[in-house]
Amino acid sequence: MRRFSELYATLDRTASTNAKVAALEAYFREAPPEDAAWTVHFLAGRRLLRLLPTKLVREWTMAVTDIEPWLLEESYGAVGDLAETVALLLDAVPPDGDERGVPLHTWIEERLEGLRGLPPEAQRENVVRWWRGLPSFERFLLNKLLTGEMRVGVSQTLVVRALAAVAGVDTDVMTHRLMGQWAPSAATFQALMAPDAATDEASRPYPFCLAYPFDQAIEVLGSRADWQVEWKWDGIRAQLIRRAGHTYLWSRGEEVITARFPEVVTAAADLPDGTVLDGEVLGWEAEAPLPFARLQLRIGRQNVTRQALASAPAVFMAYDLLEDGGRDVRATPLRDRRRRLEALLLTHAPGLRLSPVVEEPDWPSLAARRGESRDRGVEGYMLKRLDSAYGTGRRKGDWWKWKVDPFSIDAVLVYAQAGNGRRATLFTDYTFAVWKDDELVPVAKAYSGLSNEEIEQVDRWVRANTVEKFGPVRRVTPALVFEIAFENVQRSARHKSGVAVRFPRIARWRHDKGPADADSLEALQQLIKSQ
Amino acid sequence: MLHATTDGLFCAAGAFHVDPPGAVDLAVVTHAHGDHARPGATRYVCATPGLPLLRQRLGPDAVIEGWAYGETHRLGDVDVCLHPAGHVLGSAQVRIADGRETWVVSGDYKRQDDPTCAAFEVVACDTFVTEATFALPIYRWPAVDAVVADLRAWVASNRDAGRPTVLFAYSLGKAQRVLALLGEHEPEPPLVHGAVAAMTAAYREAGVALPPVEAVTEATRGPVTRGRVVLAPPSAMNTPWLKRFPDAATAMISGWMRVRGARRWKGVDRGFVLSDHADWPALLETIAATGARRVLATHGYADVLARTCQSRGLDAGLLDARVSGEEA
Repeated sequence: MRRFSELYATLDRTASTNAKVAALEAYFREAPPEDAAWTVHFLAGRRLLRLLPTKLVREWTMAVTDIEPWLLEESYGAVGDLAETVALLLDAVPPDGDERGVPLHTWIEERLEGLRGLPPEAQRENVVRWWRGLPSFERFLLNKLLTGEMRVGVSQTLVVRALAAVAGVDTDVMTHRLMGQWAPSAATFQALMAPDAATDEASRPYPFCLAYPFDQAIEVLGSRADWQVEWKWDGIRAQLIRRAGHTYLWSRGEEVITARFPEVVTAAADLPDGTVLDGEVLGWEAEAPLPFARLQLRIGRQNVTRQALASAPAVFMAYDLLEDGGRDVRATPLRDRRRRLEALLLTHAPGLRLSPVVEEPDWPSLAARRGESRDRGVEGYMLKRLDSAYGTGRRKGDWWKWKVDPFSIDAVLVYAQAGNGRRATLFTDYTFAVWKDDELVPVAKAYSGLSNEEIEQVDRWVRANTVEKFGPVRRVTPALVFEIAFENVQRSARHKSGVAVRFPRIARWRHDKGPADADSLEALQQLIKSQ
Repeated sequence: MLHATTDGLFCAAGAFHVDPPGAVDLAVVTHAHGDHARPGATRYVCATPGLPLLRQRLGPDAVIEGWAYGETHRLGDVDVCLHPAGHVLGSAQVRIADGRETWVVSGDYKRQDDPTCAAFEVVACDTFVTEATFALPIYRWPAVDAVVADLRAWVASNRDAGRPTVLFAYSLGKAQRVLALLGEHEPEPPLVHGAVAAMTAAYREAGVALPPVEAVTEATRGPVTRGRVVLAPPSAMNTPWLKRFPDAATAMISGWMRVRGARRWKGVDRGFVLSDHADWPALLETIAATGARRVLATHGYADVLARTCQSRGLDAGLLDARVSGEEA
């Protein structure tokens, strides 16, 4: 674990991207593959299943350090991270051995896995012994592993850069290799590091091409004729893969969601082998998309029953072609990929939908028509340069999302909670309320939108204006008003207010308004009605 | 004997305030930090070693009297005496006795050794008014020697890489302590921000021996700063002033750096845990050592400390009714 802990510390202690990549490269050149595989696992944002209920970890900590539950909770409230809180408290117990030499994979595959199925008393003995055998920082890492919270704060791009450099392959190849199913073993790591692209798994998707938000005057894009314009769908971004007689559906979150959408599988059954489509899974009824919440409800169900299928019939709205006849066509211009996509769907998969191209002849008429977006149940436009390749990740200039302006309301800050990670010591997670008669009802939680200076200001204000504490949550004097922007609002039986807003964020702090000036729940209900 | 008022902690029998926020007749000041030493009082009293610092803070017109540590003064119906608090140069605990009972107001204090100020003195009392800035069991300071060794090694690695090292530390107290602890190990004297330079001069005036420093001037900019150590107040973070030290490695030196999230929020590369406040074990040991039956906690996690004292059988409460964590 020593090597891993040194890597973690180095990554944690520098803001320089070059230094991070250098540390990663050095690690991957030296680390044994069976350990490196786990490191890649964590660096790629994959988790370990939680091994123990955090309740047990809390109990053992209290027993070892002799502190009471309320004091542990106060400490946790100040740190915001259980693994770190426990490690800090355990500093009262000096280490009496050094187990840092035990390799990472042994920790995970033997020691931690070995905890499963043991009675709690035996689990406790093991964990307490390990704590005693490690210095503070390694205890922190061990706790992260135990609670399933191990993550390494480094961007995916840097991980890919380092791995690609060590393997001597292109970053695109490495990005691709990192997607898809992954079992952390020496063999997997060696395959990852193989010099030439080994045979890929049939189900492996391509990295998704992402778009930047467009917020300039539309004319800067140049000639209208250079651009393909589509509606921006509000569903689940997905890749539909047809290879070797099988169909796979991957979400952007790198999950296989094939089984959840049998109607899409049926519609794709006649696609030729070696076809990969990019598109959106949408709930669809009466020739129009359903609100995302309806689809979400269906996804939430364990079993795909006939009733569930009927509640939100799903379609795959295809908009790009990445692989054709087993050939990677991402480098060919969009113009050609589109032509081929249209032909392919027409011949082989009429049950899949083709995302229509908006044909308005010039920018002004396009801009005018964007106003239809909400009525159509879409979020605005996608603008794609016709001669562009299908890029990896977010690349500025070729793909833009030109969304309709969000809705907004003025709401009152009523609860605050500490954030996570670098925000863990500050109150950065807020709940906002609007008026229902003379009562404030919470309608939105928002975490983003303020500058660092504003966050520090609100943090100080929260500390000085706390009315009540419930665990980590603080109820504050209703006084501060913020403009909250959101994409949509729907009825919801799950929320006390009866409404659910989608993607709420703080647009600005309304220093000029008092709580009495905030909006009412009725205003939100009106928005629902007007849609 | 003492009670909290909007004008600060007031002793009616002695007609004085301790660390008042504004206009009062007589202010007994525990130390020269901005949240304790504020302008507006007609007269001030502080411990003699802190005089130059308080003067620096309050300006040439303030009426300030220095009392030697351990010297008893009669104010109204009470005896008042200042004792070292170990927080920064001239920091004092205020002992107040009226013949029936004795109170001690700790001000800010620490129990670690500090080459730049007198060590904390345990003063027996009936009621102990204690600070609680770091009153959580997660705040446990590592040994100073280990922190200094780590700091020196990191500074050296930055120097080897040709990078300047910017250390953020409070300009009064922490900066001088860091200077003294770094000693004369550096091949060139540390560069200091104007605020640090002024307080370092006041320390020297009070007779504290400190290694030489070099003020940052217009010419201190770019490649000449490679490999140098720079001491700056936290308020210089994210300001254009820092641009003169290109590619600098940055660190914050503070007890708050014990928590990873606090360091990451500040956006510095490293956090070194070196505090001028008492940590959790030191708070509890100190309270026990005073023999006080009654404990009043203030600043920071006061409610946590009060509740802990209560669970240990002491009569404990808050000096005022603020919710904990306010000073965080």
